[in-house]
Amino acid sequence: MLQKRVIPCLLLHKGGLYKTVKFKNPTYIGDPINAIKIFNEKEVDELMFLDIDASASNKEPDFALIEDIASECFMPLCYGGGVKTVEQMKRIYSLGVEKVSLSASAFLLPHLIQEAASRFGRQSVIVTVDVKKELFGSKKVYIHNGKTNTKTSVLEFVRKMEELGAGEIVINSIDRDGMMNGFDLELLSEIKSNTSIPIIGLGGAGNVQHIADVFEKCKLDAVACGSMFVYQGPLRGVLINYPPYSKVQELLSISN
Amino acid sequence: MIAILDYGVGNVKSISNMFKKIGVDSVVTADINILKSASKYILPGVGAFDYGISQLKLSGMIPTIENEVLVNKKPILGICLGMQLLTKRSDEGAEPGLGWIDAETLNFKLDTSIFPIPHMGWNHIMPKLDEKLFDGLISDARFYFVHSFYVSCAKEENIAASCQYGSIFTCSIHRENIYGVQFHPEKSHKFGMRLLKNFSEL
Repeated sequence: MLQKRVIPCLLLHKGGLYKTVKFKNPTYIGDPINAIKIFNEKEVDELMFLDIDASASNKEPDFALIEDIASECFMPLCYGGGVKTVEQMKRIYSLGVEKVSLSASAFLLPHLIQEAASRFGRQSVIVTVDVKKELFGSKKVYIHNGKTNTKTSVLEFVRKMEELGAGEIVINSIDRDGMMNGFDLELLSEIKSNTSIPIIGLGGAGNVQHIADVFEKCKLDAVACGSMFVYQGPLRGVLINYPPYSKVQELLSISN
Repeated sequence: MIAILDYGVGNVKSISNMFKKIGVDSVVTADINILKSASKYILPGVGAFDYGISQLKLSGMIPTIENEVLVNKKPILGICLGMQLLTKRSDEGAEPGLGWIDAETLNFKLDTSIFPIPHMGWNHIMPKLDEKLFDGLISDARFYFVHSFYVSCAKEENIAASCQYGSIFTCSIHRENIYGVQFHPEKSHKFGMRLLKNFSEL
């Protein structure tokens, strides 16, 4: 039986690894290559790196850093941040990265999704959707590190991305980023039940039960987690960690 | 030295990264002289069948590899599309494959609301006990898959390992010195390292 995936999601900022809370206050975690070496040993399912500087400051992806990351990463790898062209995507794949994630570009240049899916295969094209609750409670797609409200409904946008050829969608909750108090189960269920491609929940994981909830209640295919795999204890001491395979399996057998 | 065939299709960098990690000498090449001096081959591949086989033909490597593999019996390992190219044909395209193993590449016939295509993610495999490629990978091994088509062997003896996704399908093939795996060992951390190490020691 196919295994559900639990994916550490790491943020790149000024060449280092950082962790944010609600997309703010980036806190230094450590060196990305060291972190990958630890995640290799812990046999993680997949890794996701998002460069939070590239799009916001209109920079190109840092290809040298991506190459360093890919050369140490012996599991599937997804990179996102600052990607605007098919040529950039091609270059990133050639460095040893399987999946490229688009966020602002997916919104601003939707044809890129179509072009990339037909050229590289849809499984290589990921869309990460940053979601935030508006004042009166409706959830909208935001871009540029949560700074710009596109006023677009999440489900409408996700469906459009699926139609254009996105292989997987990451639903990233800005309100829950770094809070470690559980995922937005309501939103994830709504998205999952209205789409047929893999949906990955991101934002809110604080413990393994939160992950189990997503698999059990929302029937998602994968979850991604930031804080949970880089912090330890109530004081949030930095410690790269990942649940042992047997622990994840135990959770899944309960949720199945 | 293991030659990773460079024909512009597939993630050669990840494969060479893993060989480097496990201390096995490898080179990414399309150079005929280097190919002749290599002891083993990796046929990588990601993407569509017809594009893959036509790029492989365009690379000019086929006559050399055919001689080294079929006459000189040097081991070759096809990975993902690379394995499918070893078969006679594919439902995905119209071009014939290399046909080095008596097998076809077929469409999955599954209820996609339960078993979406591509089959993507980690899955357990069931290797045959005497397969050297899977030495030490019997009980808990899992590998990373991304594929929409699967290989079906005409002869049971060419099945090296199976996997379950909706139904049981063949995820590794083997005839004499010719091997194929549907999954990506180069992205399957310690299990992939063991498999590539096993291949290097054949």
